[in-house]
Amino acid sequence: MSWAIIQQSLPQFAQGFRLTLWLSLIGIIGAIVVGLISSLLQYFRLPVISRIFDIYVEVARNTPLLIQLFFLYYAFPVMGMKMSAKTCGIIGLIFLGGAYMAEGFTGGFKGVSPNQIEDGRALGMNNLQLARYVILPQGFALSMPALAANIIFLVKETSIFTVIAIPELTNTALDLIGMYYRSNEYLFVLVVAYAIILIPLILILNWLERKVRYGTFGD
Amino acid sequence: MGHSGINVLIEGTNLTRLLGGLWTSVWIAALSLLIGLALGTIFGMLRTLHNRVIRFILMLYLEFFRIVPTVVLLFLFYYILPRQFHINWPASWMAVIAFALWVAAEFSDIVRGALQSVPKHQRETGEALGFNNWQLFRYVLLPQAVQLELPATINLATRVIKTTSLLLMISVMDVINIGQQIIEANNQNYPTGVFWVYGLIFFLYFIIDYPLSRWAKHLEAKQKQ
Amino acid sequence: MAEEILKVEHLNKYYGDWQALHDINFSIKKGEVVALLGPSGSGKSTLIRTLNGLEPFKDGTIFFHGQAIEQSHKSWLAIRQKIGMVFQSYDLFPNLTVLQNIMLAPTKVQKRDPKEVQKEALELLKRVDLADHAAAYPRELSGGQKQRIAIVRSLAMHPELMLFDEVTASLDPEMVRGVLEIIKRLSDEEHMTMIIVSHEMNFVEQIADRVLFLEKGRILEQTPGKQFFHEPQTQRAADFLNSMDF
Repeated sequence: MSWAIIQQSLPQFAQGFRLTLWLSLIGIIGAIVVGLISSLLQYFRLPVISRIFDIYVEVARNTPLLIQLFFLYYAFPVMGMKMSAKTCGIIGLIFLGGAYMAEGFTGGFKGVSPNQIEDGRALGMNNLQLARYVILPQGFALSMPALAANIIFLVKETSIFTVIAIPELTNTALDLIGMYYRSNEYLFVLVVAYAIILIPLILILNWLERKVRYGTFGD
Repeated sequence: MGHSGINVLIEGTNLTRLLGGLWTSVWIAALSLLIGLALGTIFGMLRTLHNRVIRFILMLYLEFFRIVPTVVLLFLFYYILPRQFHINWPASWMAVIAFALWVAAEFSDIVRGALQSVPKHQRETGEALGFNNWQLFRYVLLPQAVQLELPATINLATRVIKTTSLLLMISVMDVINIGQQIIEANNQNYPTGVFWVYGLIFFLYFIIDYPLSRWAKHLEAKQKQ
Repeated sequence: MAEEILKVEHLNKYYGDWQALHDINFSIKKGEVVALLGPSGSGKSTLIRTLNGLEPFKDGTIFFHGQAIEQSHKSWLAIRQKIGMVFQSYDLFPNLTVLQNIMLAPTKVQKRDPKEVQKEALELLKRVDLADHAAAYPRELSGGQKQRIAIVRSLAMHPELMLFDEVTASLDPEMVRGVLEIIKRLSDEEHMTMIIVSHEMNFVEQIADRVLFLEKGRILEQTPGKQFFHEPQTQRAADFLNSMDF
């Protein structure tokens, strides 16, 4: 293991690091939005639309991200839809993540007790008000553990972007290994880089989870 | 063009080759699961013991696999085992080791959770009957824990199957790798072949994973009642 | 003669093939307190929930101030702002403080001025002796306190009619009195119109102007409150009163 080699590679890794963070951030926000919308539609069982979202969730959850990306990046252009690798990566991550988030939210929404919903109805709330003031805040707290797990999962999934040559962290490391044949050093930096992102993230999410858990409301 | 892209699937031995690739993915997943679940059961049991050192080491082990993405894991084994330890196995075996250790980490957490959620009076009843620690695990806790952990285990299996899609990165001849070869070889005659080949692989993964995840959901719903 | 607030005509309700309510007819005037009594499974709770649109019904009509209520989601939304309801399960919204619980529906559903609502909410809390709990979260309160707040939460909507569905049935015995006293004061001091399902016979005897006795989804008799407890008109009601042993 040579520190000199590690040091030389740091600027390149820094770029990959920023890209991984950036793609994760957009992907996670997009996934939360898509997941929230699909699980709300499923919750209120809107005809046709909620059925379509059911199918979306099952398809996205039960196929690998890698093949989803290949489809977007290689097969879509054949049908006349050409997108940059980064766009494909973000769309793929949101497609996959949205389904995982939808599952998590649905679990949380289902956990909101029927009594709470009845209370809301008896107070004259319409479906939208019920969603906004009763189901969302309580369901969100209940789905926090699943949400946290999905966020970490999605950050890690960005490593698969390397297959369509997006220069994120993993791609940076593999490129360097290919060029200089020093796998120990570059893999070491790669693992440390993920640790730098994920360890604080895990700690923050754990803290958040404790904070919103019902038992501690009002502490 | 003259040819419809879908014909690329039935041209020559293409379909059998793809299914052969799928078989590679399936056996790697199955073997990794088998080894990983066995190892994970032992780790999970050890994590319920009172020995702090063992628990700490196993927790570090679990956290390592939680933090490192599976792609990176695969490359760690692919590059480091041959160079540092002079183990020159085929890439598919490296993949089995990497996946098995990852499964063991994830499963140890499932086992620990299930063991700890077996009601306390069950353990006490067993103790009152004169079971020792091992007998308690074997005859009282484990059978009940297996029931509890089954849905999570099935979900883990679906993840392992999806993760086999990464095998092409370490040059294993899996279904996607073979798919790529077929696409390249037939690019002239079937320009839309890429759509059909990846479409078929997409579908193959779905028909393996979808029934499994439905089954897991069904079991979960039953347990909640 | 006082104005008729609610009237039910020929109401039938089914769960699948099973008929839960048979040809229900009654009305309630402003200021009146009507109690629904009957053995468990007689349809009291189903009936009271139907009056708030929480249970759909097959045929028959419910009139509010002489207007037939359309059986649509939208018309019930409007009616529910005028008919308050409190349930057996004293569920406050756990993520909101007591004050936020009370203010939520008046400000969001009725879009009233938050300042004015807050002033009124604090006033109401004072009347149920919980003014110093305004900032507390539900989990810090006892069951009886939560149920008193659930009543206040409903009152803050300025309902014309209150429905109480077994509101003391899940409470510890020592909590029951405080809740019942609030309901009694509501009738005595505010002349609130109320429909009550309860197993607290002494309380019902004190407060009910009229008792509807139900069995198997039918109203067997409608009798003025005091009279019901001393000379019920049907043998079934007499048996029921004997079995209650209060």
